[in-house]
Amino acid sequence: MSTVAYSPPKAEPIPVAGDYGPETRVDYINCAWGVRSWLLTVDHKRIALLYLFAITAMFFLGGAFAVLIRIELLTPKSDLFEPDTYNRMFTMHGIVMTFFFLIPGVPSVLGNFLLPIMLGAKDLAFPKLNLASWYIYILGCLLTLAGIIWGGIDTGWTFYTPYSTRSAHTSVMPVAVGVLVLGFSSILTALNFIVTTHTMRAPGLTWFKLPLFVWSSYATSLVVMLGTPVITTTLVLVAVERFAGVGIFDPKAGGDPVLFQHLFWFYSHPAVYIMILPAMGVISELVTAFSRKTIFGYQFVAFASMAIAVFGFLVWGHHMFVSGQSPYASTIFSLISYVVAIPSAVKVFNWTATLYKGSISWATPMLYAIGFIGLFTIGGLTGLVLASPPVDVHVTDTYFVVAHFHYVMVGGTIMAYMGGLHYWWPKMTGRMYPEGWAKAAALLVFFGFNLTFFPQFLVGYAGMNRRYASYVDEFQVLNVLSTAGASILGFGFLLPFGYFGWSLRYAKAAGPNPWGATGLEWTTESPPPPHNFEVTPTVTLPPYEYATHN
Amino acid sequence: MATVPLAHHFRTPAQQHHAALLGMWMFLITEVLLFGAVFLGYVVYRANPALHGGFVAASEHLGQSVFGFEHVPFLGAFNTVILLGSSFTMALAVRAAQVGNQSSLVRNLGLTMILGTIFLGIKAYEYHHDWDIGLIPGFKFDKAAWAGTGVDARHVELFFVFYFVLTGLHAIHMFIGMGLLGVLWVRSRMGRFGREYYTPIELAGLYWHFVDVVWIFLYPLLYLIRH
Amino acid sequence: MDEHEHPHVATVGSYVVIFLILVALTVLTVFTALSPLGHWHAPVALGIAVVKATLVFLFFMHLLHSPKLTWLVAGGTFVWLGIMFALTLADYWSRGIVGRYQ
Repeated sequence: MSTVAYSPPKAEPIPVAGDYGPETRVDYINCAWGVRSWLLTVDHKRIALLYLFAITAMFFLGGAFAVLIRIELLTPKSDLFEPDTYNRMFTMHGIVMTFFFLIPGVPSVLGNFLLPIMLGAKDLAFPKLNLASWYIYILGCLLTLAGIIWGGIDTGWTFYTPYSTRSAHTSVMPVAVGVLVLGFSSILTALNFIVTTHTMRAPGLTWFKLPLFVWSSYATSLVVMLGTPVITTTLVLVAVERFAGVGIFDPKAGGDPVLFQHLFWFYSHPAVYIMILPAMGVISELVTAFSRKTIFGYQFVAFASMAIAVFGFLVWGHHMFVSGQSPYASTIFSLISYVVAIPSAVKVFNWTATLYKGSISWATPMLYAIGFIGLFTIGGLTGLVLASPPVDVHVTDTYFVVAHFHYVMVGGTIMAYMGGLHYWWPKMTGRMYPEGWAKAAALLVFFGFNLTFFPQFLVGYAGMNRRYASYVDEFQVLNVLSTAGASILGFGFLLPFGYFGWSLRYAKAAGPNPWGATGLEWTTESPPPPHNFEVTPTVTLPPYEYATHN
Repeated sequence: MATVPLAHHFRTPAQQHHAALLGMWMFLITEVLLFGAVFLGYVVYRANPALHGGFVAASEHLGQSVFGFEHVPFLGAFNTVILLGSSFTMALAVRAAQVGNQSSLVRNLGLTMILGTIFLGIKAYEYHHDWDIGLIPGFKFDKAAWAGTGVDARHVELFFVFYFVLTGLHAIHMFIGMGLLGVLWVRSRMGRFGREYYTPIELAGLYWHFVDVVWIFLYPLLYLIRH
Repeated sequence: MDEHEHPHVATVGSYVVIFLILVALTVLTVFTALSPLGHWHAPVALGIAVVKATLVFLFFMHLLHSPKLTWLVAGGTFVWLGIMFALTLADYWSRGIVGRYQ
């Protein structure tokens, strides 16, 4: 245990390649060297980078499964894979992308890096728990990878019983336990964020001076804390049923498979908000920074995050309209689902109003932000269509649903993640990314995405079922378009991989505030010193004061 | 006197204490929902008229005849009092730390661990008894014993699945709690805690009391179904 | 070290009283379980459990003298638990009402 007096670690000045300037500054990257200094770090910024590596790896793994799915669907017959293998492909795509990329993505990478800096703190409240959360994430990854290698899993990402308990002869256990373990990682991160936001704000940083990214991360963390334990329990019950051969969810033994769905969606619907809320926070930062205006209706946007967190817990039954759930319950869930659209719409309107008469600059992050607003709106509005039981019964388990949630998840979360990564890349690494390449990648992602998923709305509405390796010949044209779009999309995601790596070595130094943005993270050096600030900042201005800033 | 270990990223010990307490309360949120979800499953099935007979018959098996009490859930009740007693000594331990009474702190932590051990011992005895008479779902469940009783053996088994998941999760939490208390007991004997610094004692106390609260609900829900 | 230096310290006697009430409630819950209460068994047993849990929260866990935020955390948790129970049971309890058209 260290005592009250704290002395920062003494770092030898180490010559660094590139144009850092004549004297070498100590930052969080060059303050210590060696594998141990990374694997045993408790610095939230280094842990964010550890997460960045792990999550990027999982993203490309999930993407690889997506590529295989799209190649299979190029032709109406199941000619590349047996249907059984295809079941494994879409299941593993869903599980890897949902649990290992979308849910931890923005909070664990951008949130971990930024939250303490935005609060003017030296670190998160529990740095060791933060490191533990990364190791738990890795453990979850390894268990799941083991399951994927040993036969894969074919239950669908939802682990529905009785697929997951009775009929599947695949590696359900390691994957289910991997996802269960992952829950603890999310919980530790969320716990850290909530306690840090409550107890470690810089002097003068009152709640209504917090950046909106902090508000949305806080709301997300609440959802994680309240929802994740339920999926843990649910997967424990599935594991018990599978392991002991008892019938917890088996009607033959008096159990009820619909109960599984209730428990599963009590977590997994709010999990949708775990994915999109932090993304919305990123967009609030990007939109203000690149239209040089304060956010329109700060308090509305902040409270909309909290409202989404609350209402998100009341609507899970809209995933169960065809499950045998009582029609009365379906009606209630349907009505509340319309209500949850209101705070989301408030955010979209406020971003749009922020753009109005702003001096907009089209840097790469802004391209992603604008893409987000459009695609999220399409995803959200089709969500309203699906929240109506009569329509939903008609299009359940078709590609209409697939297109809808990809518009929210890929068009929403991944757009924001990429936008945020570009926006804060100079802060994280001290280097600018190459703007031309980045713009090209952003445009490729946008067009590739729409070409992939818009045809799926059409083909789904026409009646093409999801989760089948084959389909009728009439749907081929739209599927070919979709596969073509997917290859453009994949290329768009690979490009940043290259130019971000390039930028680490060759790009020009960014300086503390390359965007001329407000916010505490832009007042410190890039990359920040080991404890974020040389002097603890005192906050006097509200956030997004671009009027006084300019 | 105990010194206050202040981690580098906190400004004051008060801030550190506040963060630790809030962190523990936030952690307990997840525990409430973790147990709550199993409770929900149990309640849904318990409220199902088709399963009712099986659940009542199964629950009566938890009232083992000990010391001549026939069909009285004596062991469960006794264990409840033991656990409440351990909460009581834990509360006294926290108080002893607050007022800086070193010997009382060590004594009460020790008592809490002894009572926790008794609880787990009785739990182990109950589990052992369940094994003997074949009430372990999936592994040693004596379906034939229920033939002709008018009760569906599979419903009895379903009850025992919930019984073992709930009490098992609870017992795991007890073991973790005992481990924490063991560490704190050693550190208290070394004089690490006092009026100025007793955050870990307080956190362990919150955890221990919460585990007690879980049992307060488990006991009537599982042991006392008589209708 | 502002609020930390002067925590509210309850007397040993108050802990003894709370403990005795908890034991008495345990005896009461066994007693009611063996009484002919008909449909009231579950509500009574759960009611007693809620009282006992509340006592543990308020006194043993010091909620009574905790900041508002702690109250919010504790209260919010049980509201969420209530949401999970209420909406799930809303499904199960309304299934019979809808009639036999299915």
